Amino acid sequence: MAESVLSRRHFLGSGVAVGAALVLGVDLKTADIAAATPTVRAAFAPDAFIRIASDGKARLIMPQTEMGQGIYTALSMLIAEELDLPLDGVTLEAAPANDKLYGNPIFQVQATGGSTSMRGYWLPLRKVGASARAMLVAAAARRWRVAPESCRTEAGAVIHDASGRTLGYGMLAASAMLEKPPAEPKLKEPADFRLIGRSHHRLDTPDKANGVVQYGIDAMPPGVRFASLACSPVLGGRVARVDELQAKSLPGVKQIVVLEDMVAVVGDTSWAAMRALAALDIIWNDGPLAAVSTETIRADLHAAANTEGHVAVDTGARAKLSGDGVISAAYELPLLAHAPMEPMNCTVHLTPGHCEVWVGTQAITMAQRAAAEEAGLTPEQVTVHNHLIGGGFGRRLEVDGVRKAVRIARHVDGPVKVIWSREEDIGKAPYRSVYGAWLEAKLDNGKPVAWSHKVVGPAVIGRWLPPAYDGKIDIDAVDGAAETPYDFPASYVEWVRHEPRGVNTAFWRGVGPNMNVFATESFIDRVAHEAGADPLAFRRSIIGKLPRARAVLDLAATKAGWGDPLPTRSGRGISLQYAFGSFLCTIAEVSVADDGAVTVTRLTTAVDCGTPVNPDGIVSQIQGGMIFGLSAALHGEITLVGGRTQQSNFHDYRVVRMDETPRIDVHVVTNAEAPGGIGEPGTVSVQGAVANAIYAATGVQLTRMPIDTALLAKDRRA
Amino acid sequence: MISIQVNGEQRDVEIDGDTPLLWVLRDVLAMTGTKFGCGIAQCGACTVHIDGVPTRSCRLPVSQVGDRAVTTIEGVGATSAGRRIQKAWLDLEVIQCGYCQSGQIMAASALLATNPSPDDADIDAAMSGNICRCGTYVRIREGIKQAARHG
Ligand code: FES
Ligand code: FES
Repeated sequence: MAESVLSRRHFLGSGVAVGAALVLGVDLKTADIAAATPTVRAAFAPDAFIRIASDGKARLIMPQTEMGQGIYTALSMLIAEELDLPLDGVTLEAAPANDKLYGNPIFQVQATGGSTSMRGYWLPLRKVGASARAMLVAAAARRWRVAPESCRTEAGAVIHDASGRTLGYGMLAASAMLEKPPAEPKLKEPADFRLIGRSHHRLDTPDKANGVVQYGIDAMPPGVRFASLACSPVLGGRVARVDELQAKSLPGVKQIVVLEDMVAVVGDTSWAAMRALAALDIIWNDGPLAAVSTETIRADLHAAANTEGHVAVDTGARAKLSGDGVISAAYELPLLAHAPMEPMNCTVHLTPGHCEVWVGTQAITMAQRAAAEEAGLTPEQVTVHNHLIGGGFGRRLEVDGVRKAVRIARHVDGPVKVIWSREEDIGKAPYRSVYGAWLEAKLDNGKPVAWSHKVVGPAVIGRWLPPAYDGKIDIDAVDGAAETPYDFPASYVEWVRHEPRGVNTAFWRGVGPNMNVFATESFIDRVAHEAGADPLAFRRSIIGKLPRARAVLDLAATKAGWGDPLPTRSGRGISLQYAFGSFLCTIAEVSVADDGAVTVTRLTTAVDCGTPVNPDGIVSQIQGGMIFGLSAALHGEITLVGGRTQQSNFHDYRVVRMDETPRIDVHVVTNAEAPGGIGEPGTVSVQGAVANAIYAATGVQLTRMPIDTALLAKDRRA
Repeated sequence: MISIQVNGEQRDVEIDGDTPLLWVLRDVLAMTGTKFGCGIAQCGACTVHIDGVPTRSCRLPVSQVGDRAVTTIEGVGATSAGRRIQKAWLDLEVIQCGYCQSGQIMAASALLATNPSPDDADIDAAMSGNICRCGTYVRIREGIKQAARHG
């Protein structure tokens, strides 16, 4: 079993004891999610999505994790919309850990990531709401002996205008349970939406403004002790020897736990534990991976590019890529840490036959299974209290932290809260992998007649979600490369699986498209340059099959003042993408100082993510996503020497701060298409746009992130 | 025994005086609104007010607080500047994951309390020590300006 700790009192509601209820579920396991039909579930069934009880509120069993992206609000809006309830008529209850019942329709496991939540739940949750509404109407009509068609719903009540009668949902819930759910629940037409498409205040933010909200790191089970840990600085290293003498004598130290590959100190406060850990003299056996460095990782990446990969797209480009007019370039991205503001942490209480875990995770069932494995229990014997998350970005799709905390807890009497220091978080975390891209195009009469793109990078899906990987193409690894916004008469897209030696890799906000869109958009500018064409005009000339891509391109260009004069060593650059089901174009404006220092002065984005469910939430995700991408472009790089990470905290793993934040303008296109993802597209668009703006400003095309200002110094250009 | 005044209340704690105020608040007093982010005065997540001055509690030994007044996120709403900042934050939906926001709100309300109409340069100077990984800076800037207008 599992439950969640939510911050808002109204989320917790009044328990299930509110009388008879209308309970509906929907099977998310069917192959055709669009055709799935909600059905009635037994009262208090574990697989319900909503319960409407005598208080008239709809209790939504929330399958997704809130980590700042606003999904609690947006998914609640779907239910409220179809049910004709005000938004505050929906209360939330976090779904228990159960892949079968609450697996994300796209992943089939209960995980929040990949910008999938709205894409996955758009139809199922609306259908649940629509079915419930139809059953409430049927119940009222039966009671009044009128035709259901003569009734309407508004603000949580069924109304029969002809007779002036009204019944609240709470009064109808029990009898509605006896009605048959419609075989094909009728969804509202977009023109009838009252909530969807209008900006709503978020449900999760009030308690985040006053310190009331509890993240995993704030869990305080009675009697909790605090632990700090040090893992081997080299992947695969082992503890050789620990001198505990000095640390043991420090105040507040309770216990020193020495395991094969890590050392932890348990103390009266986290600080007592951290101080004592620092005082420990730990000698490590590094093992073979001490030979790994940034240089070996890059050399391996380049070597992998010379091997054959799996072909994702082949429409005959290869034969055409010879002779005059062939242009080629290679692009590369470095290792990155996630560095969410809430450092990794996990609190565990092990008792015979039971394990209780307090954590903020993007993947609750994986956390549950990991804890069970480490504790030697069954998943059913593990209770996971999931929390609101202080930044996920892919880091909390991994459950390494849960494993480590449980391993420590096995040696501790009573509950123990394990907190990673920031140095541990940045220095040892699984990282965003290095990636490389090798591209070729052939220009004929100023048009690219053939295009080839070889991606070299890891199979993160292959490791994290094996059933979704056919052993040939990792769909994330080629996302944004296999399908571009452009009409190339002939294409060839190939992917070489390459797992960097000596580091564990993980998803990182923007995932595969970070590389693929950066490479594609940089190369488009390069090819446009060779063709002597303006980057905007060149793109417009090769977009045909995707008019939505052209529309965001044109909108962003207009809003950004494309073509307006700029000072010397200033420039604008475009990045256009179709990824996560959304179209997005960002235009960056930069100025480059004579010493090569880059200032990003403005980012203008046009986004078409289909029906904009909560428009202000979309703007917010794009703004924040772009800052995340800008941190990577300006500063982001993890480097290794002797198998050890050289960065440790925010002074040497820099991220964008207020004084580096450009003006950001986001323009949201409104249409009635199915919603696309929005958490990641903004991040993806930044590197290409900024690199192209630098290209325009200086004539230098950067082919590797982060920006190397030395390449941009004025005297270097001559 | 060390005695400190937090949000107007006198609190006695049995703790090593070297312990930073952050961990006294969080682990001893169970006031978890103040956050740990870096431990080296680089991120601002742990910002509290000491006699109104924004201070990184991760680097302030509790023994050095003395009789100065400590204000945390749990108490800042009782001040005019804090109340206005919190309201602007919700009106403009500044907050995403929220983890950095205790520190942001403490830094912003300290700024507003001493400078009723900060301009962009003032905001850069006062707020650049506070990291937000969710990237809410654009709205933080707007939020401070809105709170200033509603002074
Ligand atoms: S935790 Fe104190 S400044 Fe980061
Ligand atoms: S709101 Fe998430 S770190 Fe600032």
